[in-house]
Amino acid sequence: MTRVDGYGRIDRTRTLSFTFDGIVRTAHPGDTLASALLAQGVTTLGTSVRLGRPRGVLGSWTEDPCGLVQIEEPFPEPMLLATTVDVVDGLVARGVPGRGRLAEVADTARYDHRHLHCDVLVVGAGPAGLVAAREAARAGQDVVLVDDRPTPGGTLTGTEMIDGRPALEFVDAVAAELAAAPHVTHLQATTAFGHYDDGFVLALERCGEGSDPRQRVHRIRAGRVVVAAGAFERPIVFEDADRPGVMLASAARDLLHRHGVLAGRVVVVFTVDDSAYAAALDLHRAGAAVRVVDARAEAPAGWARRCADAGIVVEPGTDVRGTLGDDRVRAALVGEARREVPCDLLLVSGGWNPTAHLFSHVGGRLAFDDELVGFRPAGDLPGTAVVGAAHGTYALADVLREGAAATGSATDAPHAEPEEITPRGTLWRTPGDPARQFVDIARDATVADIARAVGAGMTSVEHVKRYTTIGTAHDQGKTSGILASGITAELLGRPVGALGTTTFRPPYTPVPFAALAGRDRGDLYDPVRTTPVHDRHVALGAEFEDVGQWKRARHYPRPGEDMAAAVLRECAAVRGAVGMMDGSTLGKIDVRGPDAGVLLDHLYTNLMSTLKVGRVRYGVMCGNDGMVFDDGTVLRLAEDRFLVTTTTGNAAHVLDWMEEWVQTEWPDLRVRLTSVTEQWSILAVAGPRSRDVIGRVFADVDVSNEAFGFMTWQDTELDGVPVRLARISFSGELAVEVTVASWYAADLWDRLLAAGEPWGITPYGTETMHVLRAEKGYPIIGQDTDGTVTPHDLGMAWAVSKKKTDFVGKRSFARPLNADPQRKHLVSLLPTDAATMLPEGSQIVDLPDDGLLPPPPVAMLGHVTSSYRSAELGRPFALALVRGGRDRVGEVVAVPVGDQLVAVEIGDTVLVDPEGARRDG
Amino acid sequence: MSTPEHPDFLWRTPEPKRHYDVVIVGGGGHGLATAHYLARNHGITNVAVLERGWLAGGNMARNTTLIRSNYLWDESAAIYEHSLKLWEGLEEDLDYPILFSQRGVLNLAHTEQDVRDSVRRVEANRLNGIDAEWLGPDEVAKICPIVNVSDGIRYPVQGATYQPRAGIAKHDYVAWGFARRADEAGIDIIQNCEVTDFVVDGDRVTSVRTSRGDIACGTVALCAAGHTSVLLDRLGVRTPLQSHPLQALVSELLEPVHPTIVMSNAVHVYVSQAHKGELVMGAGVDGYNGYGRRGAFHVIERQMAAAVELFPVFARAHLLRSWAGIVDVTPDASPVVGHTPYENVLVNAGWGTGGFKATPGIGWAFADTVAHGRPHPLVAPFALDRFVTGALVDEHGAAGVAH
Amino acid sequence: MQLITCPWCGPREETEFRYGGQADLAYPADPSALDDEQWARFVFFRDNPEGAFAERWCHDAGCRRWLRAVRDTRTYVFAETRPYGRTA
Repeated sequence: MTRVDGYGRIDRTRTLSFTFDGIVRTAHPGDTLASALLAQGVTTLGTSVRLGRPRGVLGSWTEDPCGLVQIEEPFPEPMLLATTVDVVDGLVARGVPGRGRLAEVADTARYDHRHLHCDVLVVGAGPAGLVAAREAARAGQDVVLVDDRPTPGGTLTGTEMIDGRPALEFVDAVAAELAAAPHVTHLQATTAFGHYDDGFVLALERCGEGSDPRQRVHRIRAGRVVVAAGAFERPIVFEDADRPGVMLASAARDLLHRHGVLAGRVVVVFTVDDSAYAAALDLHRAGAAVRVVDARAEAPAGWARRCADAGIVVEPGTDVRGTLGDDRVRAALVGEARREVPCDLLLVSGGWNPTAHLFSHVGGRLAFDDELVGFRPAGDLPGTAVVGAAHGTYALADVLREGAAATGSATDAPHAEPEEITPRGTLWRTPGDPARQFVDIARDATVADIARAVGAGMTSVEHVKRYTTIGTAHDQGKTSGILASGITAELLGRPVGALGTTTFRPPYTPVPFAALAGRDRGDLYDPVRTTPVHDRHVALGAEFEDVGQWKRARHYPRPGEDMAAAVLRECAAVRGAVGMMDGSTLGKIDVRGPDAGVLLDHLYTNLMSTLKVGRVRYGVMCGNDGMVFDDGTVLRLAEDRFLVTTTTGNAAHVLDWMEEWVQTEWPDLRVRLTSVTEQWSILAVAGPRSRDVIGRVFADVDVSNEAFGFMTWQDTELDGVPVRLARISFSGELAVEVTVASWYAADLWDRLLAAGEPWGITPYGTETMHVLRAEKGYPIIGQDTDGTVTPHDLGMAWAVSKKKTDFVGKRSFARPLNADPQRKHLVSLLPTDAATMLPEGSQIVDLPDDGLLPPPPVAMLGHVTSSYRSAELGRPFALALVRGGRDRVGEVVAVPVGDQLVAVEIGDTVLVDPEGARRDG
Repeated sequence: MSTPEHPDFLWRTPEPKRHYDVVIVGGGGHGLATAHYLARNHGITNVAVLERGWLAGGNMARNTTLIRSNYLWDESAAIYEHSLKLWEGLEEDLDYPILFSQRGVLNLAHTEQDVRDSVRRVEANRLNGIDAEWLGPDEVAKICPIVNVSDGIRYPVQGATYQPRAGIAKHDYVAWGFARRADEAGIDIIQNCEVTDFVVDGDRVTSVRTSRGDIACGTVALCAAGHTSVLLDRLGVRTPLQSHPLQALVSELLEPVHPTIVMSNAVHVYVSQAHKGELVMGAGVDGYNGYGRRGAFHVIERQMAAAVELFPVFARAHLLRSWAGIVDVTPDASPVVGHTPYENVLVNAGWGTGGFKATPGIGWAFADTVAHGRPHPLVAPFALDRFVTGALVDEHGAAGVAH
Repeated sequence: MQLITCPWCGPREETEFRYGGQADLAYPADPSALDDEQWARFVFFRDNPEGAFAERWCHDAGCRRWLRAVRDTRTYVFAETRPYGRTA
């Protein structure tokens, strides 16, 4: 056991049980998987990805490049760092060689999103962040403080003094003050992982395994962002420094003070930075034998004195060249002579890298600071301040002042004693065999690999990164990236500042997919829209189809019926007696104002302004490119008012389109547009007996053809509820569309159904509607068209005004290609065997003389857009777009279906009742 | 699991000469492939590839490496199929381990209309000699067992088109393979050399003005992707090109779980698992014009929702890194290739999300176009004047083009 | 994700807005007077500057009104937004 009494913030009164690599072990609340394993002397957690070398932990938090584990219980999660996994009872984990495993079953945990708005967001609850948050809170601002570790304090160990008391007491006091302050949200275990424009920061809160939600993404919109994210220590590259037992000095210190773990008994500290001396002294105090190797010519006087007082040997002016050991380091090789210095822990410090990711994410530039020996934020970004170690400020007194100044005044900063500062050394690596000098131990990439890259002609850090894979592992190069820049610069003979670093990109640390998905899954992935009559369809056993966000009843199978049978029955009912369909999903736009007619004349290909009140007209809309994009009927409700209907899936788009023209092109038009899709429900009653049904329900209405003609509408009432009746037919049969406020739609459905009982009124779905309209040659926009089809292609020249000087799309009709006789026309296809059902989407080719499909490429004439079995015709039929199709009526062409060529005859689009006699009953 | 090593030498870092027969602007995949085929197929080697940053650091470094040819229209299918055939022999041609892995692509259908469009595309592909099949949900699950084909999702999978020959490759390896070949042939690859303007004499460009001085040229071949219209602006040439951010992301390395490529336009997700094991995914194009090489995070969140919806086992995979490229798109989602009003300036742009898969094909055809001063038959349909005549190659709605 | 200042509603999340491309492209007074090339330029050709760009946005999930913005396409920063069709 390497647990030391009197250290750490773990709860030693409770013991947890977990399993690692098949062995059951114990831990205490507050332990990470790494601290618990190290406490029990387990230093090797896995093997490396490429070379199979043993891997332990280098860092003590998210910077660690190699302590990767796979969680198996309570639920499989791949590729977590042992240093960041909180031990919970029953945890089962194992070390992995750089590759994780996903669960085979769906994760049932919930994930959530939350929006936060604040004046100031402080990222990091170390000394700088705590003071920044405190000053902002004292100034009465809305404050959000997030910090990725379980408890606040950052790298403070408790040995420091702030305002004359131990630092952790100061931390507790500030946390208590923030907790008591109004308008402060303080979240620990919450990682700010992405910073976007205008103070938008995303943070992942780990609520705990088994919590609901398990994790929560906070979308924080902040007036100001204060980045106080600290810094990560950087290793120094030497031979075999990847061996377990080699650790960052700060990590050993962190393990001691957070978890009470002494990571080694015989310690060598190799440094070019003063900060490692604190680790040396701390570990010595905790009972380790410590020796310091400082590559600088002279050791810092104050630290050297304190070491001497403690009996720690300090060797300046030399370095560590390599290590000995098997699974764990057993000696450091010191100096050119590679003198063996026994140790079971080799701590390194090559200086620090400011954690400026959140500054970088929003375009902040980093510049190399020679004094700092690191890249630090350069220049200002509006709304973003970087303070403390993240800014390259490491002395505690200065850190506190920067924190206070970020949100208040530096004069209010808590006090800390000034520290002795001696110049840092610049040391990326010590002399040795480049092939054994690992730069990125997560990728097993060495100095030799960088040298090869440079030798191959690579001159950019981005190329070196890709050539060597350095910095591409799960840690995204938190410890290795700058080392790679430094070593590359040395090899190229260029200053590292001129070479730069690779770019920091979100996320700062990995985020589970499910956390980002949040609740937007299943039914909440996209809103489900149902009509007011939906329950009736369900009760009738309808099968539904998705049309846009809507659920539409597709057909109503009776017991034993498949869709084909149900649709044949429904079709026969409509053509033979009467049927009813819920058409409520049709888009409806109320167009109102003195210039309503002018607007519609601009947007429809035909004239709408001449429509008389009380009448209905069908219209087609095109884009500027002259291609059909929507159609529907238009009712003139009053001189200054029209009701426009659109296709179900396109309703929002048509409204947007109309608004765009009104607002941006013709703002002088006096017209207002309102979506009324959901206000009004439409029930279509169709079939030769529809007049009887309507007459029965609306006894006051004269439903005769003379009084209520085709393409007219009239208002009436039902028990005092306004109802609109319109003689509109999408089936070719006598039909009435009944419109009522959606509140009453289900009741109206019931009444119409009851009234139609004597004639066997049959609810029909969209599939039957499609068959019936196809028999009449009415196209469905989006099914029989694809964005390359003009009204003329559809045979709808009759719907294109020749009187209007202009309308949207008209000019494009005059392009030479629009007059090409080989354009694709909408036609019908009848399989000559009168039996084969052509799959929709099938291609059409010329019928070869030998009846055999030639080898590819085969010229295509067009494709089948709609295909159905017709009850009326007693055979399958199809609609198709065919090159020059209208000029080929009567010709036989071929459709490849599987391995067969099906002969089909091209025909006019109208296959049922070409005279149009049925629409009037 | 580890990837093959790169060669000991890739390319020189020469000083630009005063004159080249051909100046290729843009050292991405298309520029480098054009350079390679100029040398290989036409013996033209007095060529410079000018790259304003680091080689292949634009969209070539930022794409999701999907390769397929199952496009709807004949014109698109022809160029992408030509490209796919070249991909099939590229490793040998470049003598570079580009890790081309033909693992097939599933394009999922979620609505009745998706099904119609899918069958239409499959049938068209077959008649064009491109491998394609229509699969029902059960067959989809056989090819990719982790796809959720149950009815329990918002837009259940109705089936998919399948192109077995589709695949992925390792983008850096591809770019570097082309670059190495071009360099070997004597072509100068000049990095950190930004083209800032052109010197014009009548309807000819005599020199390109760069951050490293003027370089005289016989022909200028623009392969600058999202920045093409910025360059053409200098010449007063207006195009329908619009540049948008397009984001992509990767997970950490995972044991093999995803054997193929899955795309879904309706649910906006496309995903494959790369050689080392990371899941590579693309998001939708950000709506606005942008050159910022970053997009909005809500696009990524939507992408993740779609991914977990379709692949429930991805729930605890982790987003490791996200980034953005700049894609140049056209009104009909097809490229613009060929002549400009300047006699010796040729353009190759507008590939939107299809640029990577087209790399060898367009390199081949564009080099031929440059060499002969007339459009290669494969690129002829993509001339700029199609927007005037109306002869668009509309891969938008019907073909459900994406990535 | 940005904040976009709607002239009527104030700063709102980018997700509430729909992009409408280049601003100030007037529909031709008489399209029939244009030749095919001129018409194609109106329908398909758009500026695509790297830098300041005058463009249209619609506050789709808010007041549904169109606005005219000047935005830098490199930094995405909005220099101004104002009601569409007004010059001040």
